[in-house]
Amino acid sequence: MQAIAEKTKALTFQELLFRLERFWAERGCVLQQPYDVEVGAGTMSPDTFLRVLGPKPVRIAYAQPSRRPADGRYGENPNRLFRHTQLQVILKPPPENIQEMYLESLAAIGIDLAEHDIKFEEDNWEWPVGGAWGVGWQVMLDGLEITQFTYFQQCGGMDLDPVCGEITYGLERIAGFLQDVDSIYDIVWAVEPDTGKRVTYGEMRLAEEEQFSAYSFDYADVAKLWEHLGLYEAECLSLLERAKGLFGAESKADLLEMKRFPVRGAYELALKCSHVFNLLDARGAISVTERVGVMARIRTLVIGVAKAYVAQGQRVSESASQQVSEGRVG
Amino acid sequence: MAEFLFEIGLEEVPARMIAGAQAELLKRLVAMLERERLVAPGVASKSYSTPRRLAVWVAAVTARQADAVEELVGPAVKIAYKDGVPTAAAMAFAKKAGVDVAALKTVTTPKGEYIAAPSVKAGREAAEVIAEELPKELAGIYWAKNMTWRPGKPERFVRPVRWLLALLGEVVVPVEFGGKTAGKMTRGHRVLAGDEAIPIGFPDEYEQTLLDGHVIADVETRRQTIRKALDRVTRAAGAGLRWREDHALVDTVTNLTEWPTVVLGSFEPEYLKLPEEVLVTVMRDHQKYFAVEDAAGKLAPHFLAVLNTAADAAGETVIRHGNERVLRARFKDARFFWEFDQRTPLAERVKLLEKVTFQKDLGSYAAKTERVSAVAASLAELVKARGTKLDGVALDTAARLAKTDLTTELVKEFTELQGQVGGLYARAQGYSAAVGDAIYDQYLPKSMEDSVPRTAEGALLAMADKGDTIVGMFGLGLEPTGSKDPFALRRAANGIVKILAEGEPALPLTLGDVVDAASPEEAVRMRVEIFIAERLEFYLREAKGQAYDVVKAVLAAGANDVRDAVARAEAVTAVRGSEDFLAVCAMYKRAKNILSQAQFAGPVRTDVVIKVLERLGPTDAQVSLSAKALAVGAKVYKFCKSQQYREALQELATLRHDLDVFFERVMVMDPDLTIREVRLTLLSQIVNDSSGIADFSEIVTAG
Repeated sequence: MQAIAEKTKALTFQELLFRLERFWAERGCVLQQPYDVEVGAGTMSPDTFLRVLGPKPVRIAYAQPSRRPADGRYGENPNRLFRHTQLQVILKPPPENIQEMYLESLAAIGIDLAEHDIKFEEDNWEWPVGGAWGVGWQVMLDGLEITQFTYFQQCGGMDLDPVCGEITYGLERIAGFLQDVDSIYDIVWAVEPDTGKRVTYGEMRLAEEEQFSAYSFDYADVAKLWEHLGLYEAECLSLLERAKGLFGAESKADLLEMKRFPVRGAYELALKCSHVFNLLDARGAISVTERVGVMARIRTLVIGVAKAYVAQGQRVSESASQQVSEGRVG
Repeated sequence: MAEFLFEIGLEEVPARMIAGAQAELLKRLVAMLERERLVAPGVASKSYSTPRRLAVWVAAVTARQADAVEELVGPAVKIAYKDGVPTAAAMAFAKKAGVDVAALKTVTTPKGEYIAAPSVKAGREAAEVIAEELPKELAGIYWAKNMTWRPGKPERFVRPVRWLLALLGEVVVPVEFGGKTAGKMTRGHRVLAGDEAIPIGFPDEYEQTLLDGHVIADVETRRQTIRKALDRVTRAAGAGLRWREDHALVDTVTNLTEWPTVVLGSFEPEYLKLPEEVLVTVMRDHQKYFAVEDAAGKLAPHFLAVLNTAADAAGETVIRHGNERVLRARFKDARFFWEFDQRTPLAERVKLLEKVTFQKDLGSYAAKTERVSAVAASLAELVKARGTKLDGVALDTAARLAKTDLTTELVKEFTELQGQVGGLYARAQGYSAAVGDAIYDQYLPKSMEDSVPRTAEGALLAMADKGDTIVGMFGLGLEPTGSKDPFALRRAANGIVKILAEGEPALPLTLGDVVDAASPEEAVRMRVEIFIAERLEFYLREAKGQAYDVVKAVLAAGANDVRDAVARAEAVTAVRGSEDFLAVCAMYKRAKNILSQAQFAGPVRTDVVIKVLERLGPTDAQVSLSAKALAVGAKVYKFCKSQQYREALQELATLRHDLDVFFERVMVMDPDLTIREVRLTLLSQIVNDSSGIADFSEIVTAG
């Protein structure tokens, strides 16, 4: 089927990313860089998880390397990765023509829908640890799930208003499809224009897959991981405790103190816990019984952060408008 | 009169919800029009649906409601008239009603006499009524899961509303819902017709206009289009091939497409070495493909994908290739898992079950395995002691290995194949068919329609597993409540009932035996027994179609032996058409009432009976009834012993005449206490003779 690959003038992995980012930038999205703490999905980046909370509209897009230790296969499985790349698009509130925009984005990466079969099949998304869920579809292109499309309804256990539209492209899947390769590792990542030399996904990432699979499954020090989990958790909890006092009704804190309080720092600590949990899980160190308990602990952190974030936003804006009315700012 | 058309355009509705919503919208819309006197009862109508729309067409809607004449009731007569002269109150009322005082009438109500005037309620324009009422009907449609999408969350619906169309004749009815106001525009197929809206001129143009826009709005037509395309493409693929019938999958793809076509794909024959269950699960459940089989029913290396587009030859090649690529990757994974799993035989996986939690208070699957093995063993003892053959060793092996497939990669990937994978692995690893089949069937039946385990060993394993789960969960107070049944205990109990009722060979076990084998604590046993009896009632009604009163009557006579209860219910249903039987039922009810009102303590001694009968003389109606009852009782007893319940009931019905005469001529509650006791004794004997079959006083008789 070389003919098909040639005919569609398949994009390289990086061109695919460029095209999609440019497409969404032209539609008003701010392009953000990947978040620099380990996450299992683009949704967990604060650019999604925190920005969907509260009333403020947002349009943002970013590529997010997503780590799922249990999915590692030592680089031996052609379809599974320890770390894959999601292109995350958040549109809050969702524009009326969000589905049509999405279909146009496919055209932008060389998919002529007249020559393909596309279906929106029900697939509801849920992240119980984050108290988050939404309804939507998996988008199937010629039988391949290429995108998860979700209307977020709740996050951090709170109803969202406005809701947001989330479009998550699986970049490796789409690149493999466009280039018609049977293994992710054969995806052409880039081509040197002067020499025509191709750099593949395998060249860029295989060693990482091999070593991180080995780390997650064989090397990670279970006792130390539990210790890390405890340390991150304790620090996160103590920040959340202080947040409660700071943003509570009795609080006498001034605007600056409230603005500077590191709710985002607490969120990073919660994300660290989530990643350590995933490592412990991959390592086979968590029994099913413990699993429920540890997930509940992390849920407490993540939901605590979401609540603190919303409280901070409200208190800061109240306090700022109070200062304006008292003529102290200006 | 004009035709009416309504369409609601939506972002893709989940396939599983479409049929229900289509039917509900039709029902609500027509009921609303009838209620508002805009259509004649039974007006012709039709409904449509695709993933992107629900629509209803109604043949004849009046342009305007007919005026309705109502009676307006005013003040009481004694206030309205003083000495026959209308008072100010009557004047005011007449003015309000718009009639002359002389035209006022008097009406009689439960509260007394009042004055009244006819009042004409002017009919409203149909468009006005529809625009007002239809949004309420739309908002009332049930969705298994719905959402909000507009700021301020003004409504919940399954997916965002994208357009509304409402035409009464050629006139737009401005129905508003979900932030949209209806017009005359619809949309065609996303890809084949593009984004441009398409106008509908008259309601009856709807189907054809959409066909031009590459949308088959009629569900039946779409279904037939798919079936024919499946036939055609399969035929072209090779002689003797046929697609594997799958009604549920046809429904699903019908509800996933607006313009369905079918493409045939192929995979490397080497994958046919994988178990058919795995191949079919990947094709059907994961990819929504139809499997293809040869004349002998064996899987062929092809599949059929139902597309929602019509591509040209080049496009079809691309689409086929894409689908084949996905399937190949899935099969490759499955093969990898299968081979990887063989490295650790099932026997070695038993100890891994210690790490897999069944339920936090009930322990691991290793603990469950221990319990289920013990339950299965004690059931096996009972079965063997009662003369039914059984391979106890195979059952024990199957019970010990039953849950080990939960540790395999293949089941982690295809959870729906749990049990089946274990059975296949057991066979591949050299265990007997008895062992493999029992493991394979352990989760059966998964629904009331599903089949039961094929062997006695499988049936015992399945019941032991389910019984253990039910008793364990009840012990923790985790029983189902209302619509909440998170551990699917009702399904488990339904399964036990169905296995006992339908399993082959028939197992000589009662529901009580199964409960006892799972050794509940005393406090739990009663609740479990009541729970399972309710499932038997459900089974008789839903699976066996028995009438409510028959089920009640039969279960009042015993709810432990499932097959016996089924036989009794079927016998009662078979004879309940007979007048004699119904008459006897009515008299049983009478007899029971008399016995309970008399607070009948128990039969008197036979010698007392004989003495009294002698005293009453041979003409007393009790004498002939006694003789008849004695003869009938003996026969009924014999028939019941051989479970010939129908014959037993026919026999009982022959008591009609003598019972009739008895109740006619005799006063049971005779002032002579001894006579009374003797008469009551006879009635209680008659009632008792049938008590093993059913409590006939529960049978609903006419009148």
